[in-house]
Amino acid sequence: MATPDKVTDLTSAVAAHVRDGMTVALEGFGHLIPFAAGHEIIRQGRRDLTFCRMTPDLLADQMIAAGCVSKLVASFFASGSAGSLHEVRRRVENADPKPLEVEEYSHYGMVCRYQAGASGLPFFPLRSYAGSDLPKLNPLIRKVADPYGGPDIYVVPPLRPDVTILHAQRADRSGNVQMWGIVGAQQEAAYAAETVIVTVEEIVEEDVVRSDPNRTVLPSHAVTAVVECPGGAHPSYTQGHYDRDNAFYREWTPISRDREAVLGWLEEWVHGVPDREAYLDKLGAERWAGLGVAPRPSQPVDFGRRRVAAQEAS
Amino acid sequence: MSTPLSDVAPASTEFLAAVAARQLVGKHRVFAGVGLPTLAVDLARRTVNPDVELVYESGICGAQPEGLAEGIADSVLVSGAAAVLSMPALFGYVLQRGHVDVGFLGAAQVDRWGSLNTSFIGDWDKPTVRLPGAGGAAEIMPNAGECVVVLRRHDPGALPAELDFCTSPSPVRAHQEDPRMVPPGHGVSTVITPMAVLRRPDKLGELEISEVHPGLTVDDVRAATGWDIPVAEDVRETDRPTVEEVRLLRDEIDTVRLYLR
Repeated sequence: MATPDKVTDLTSAVAAHVRDGMTVALEGFGHLIPFAAGHEIIRQGRRDLTFCRMTPDLLADQMIAAGCVSKLVASFFASGSAGSLHEVRRRVENADPKPLEVEEYSHYGMVCRYQAGASGLPFFPLRSYAGSDLPKLNPLIRKVADPYGGPDIYVVPPLRPDVTILHAQRADRSGNVQMWGIVGAQQEAAYAAETVIVTVEEIVEEDVVRSDPNRTVLPSHAVTAVVECPGGAHPSYTQGHYDRDNAFYREWTPISRDREAVLGWLEEWVHGVPDREAYLDKLGAERWAGLGVAPRPSQPVDFGRRRVAAQEAS
Repeated sequence: MSTPLSDVAPASTEFLAAVAARQLVGKHRVFAGVGLPTLAVDLARRTVNPDVELVYESGICGAQPEGLAEGIADSVLVSGAAAVLSMPALFGYVLQRGHVDVGFLGAAQVDRWGSLNTSFIGDWDKPTVRLPGAGGAAEIMPNAGECVVVLRRHDPGALPAELDFCTSPSPVRAHQEDPRMVPPGHGVSTVITPMAVLRRPDKLGELEISEVHPGLTVDDVRAATGWDIPVAEDVRETDRPTVEEVRLLRDEIDTVRLYLR
């Protein structure tokens, strides 16, 4: 039986799988942040999403400002080295222009939620939160007795997104996804979800994937749709392809301070372009070239093979 | 011959980074954050501890960056690292299992027990300022061997009698909740501020003034602290950075003054 071809375009993937009111995780810990997919969700005008991301990053600022998100599930509310997420802060501090519901954990709390979701477990224990105010802030962080006689321990509930969206270096057409560099909690966030969309820098032949199976973070059975989307993580980065656009992150802070400026930016850079290719064209070849990286390839490893099979293949 | 000392101001980032770097003498594995800790670990690797292993919450172990990292997920930390682990492995196996000796943390507020607030200023329901939240600090605090906090302010707002919110609790607060739940780590051992170095020698004890920066008195430090802070018996003046340490920070580590202010 031929493996199904899961390659589609981003417009179709979002239209088919992301609907109003869904719980949607867009993961990638400072690396491989699926910006192109987030922008497509904005373009298609999705509403009332529960948006899950450990580090909301300025992608959250953009999606919240665009009116897509009614609830944020997260564990850090700043933009890396570049400062505050002012759209998030306006919502939380002043309900401006309207309130934002926030469900808050620590990083490992979020990781454990994805692990519970991915493994079909009712909860996941972790040795954090004793003495913290976080369980009072978020009553979903609960304490249970250790049935084996140890001290009580805090647990977090499973996170089961309707859709998880990721970006990666490469996949084959059937949806075997390979990534390298920081892999965060992407595998867990994907297995926790009902539906998984992955955008990739390039679609490669199945042989490429099969030459290095340890590099596969998601086998095709865990993936619903694959989209070829070069540059899909900008202004974050893709290891070995292009670096983080740190200047963009710094430029965002003053934009973020002014809601009108955010809406103007969305009009120009999201609604004003049909897709990522047009976005990159607009960004310009010079700026893109400035994000290039020098090569530092890994040494190939040898998986070996049965001698008989090798003779037959040659 | 004595090593020439720098006259850089005690409240400067150069001074704070040099003091922070010296806390890494003899430590094996350090959980490094962004900002001043980035400078401190880099300086320590060039001076007091060339073999210190840098671990980042993004999953990177044994980083050997070829340039200054702008963030804990910077690609420069990945290239040439000994390992990049998934987050369940990093937080579960490396950190929670007890492989990290020192964690560097920042905070908006630190109390007398070394509990940290990185969540809210004002009421939780309607905060004056929404701060970044827990991140990995709530995990580093209980599980790292000890934590070093670098503060950019020393006043009763940053060192209050009571936190507006406790994000990352001291073992003292864990003990108050349930003595059996006291975590393996010491919690905050050292707080470096623009005025002083505060230390907490006992796991269930209070911070005390251990070192006072040049030009200041113990009374200056006490007056700027939000509670009646005790003074260590062997309190002394903080060692100034050397000229060489300041040169390394300015001319080799942070040439663009990304974190030096």
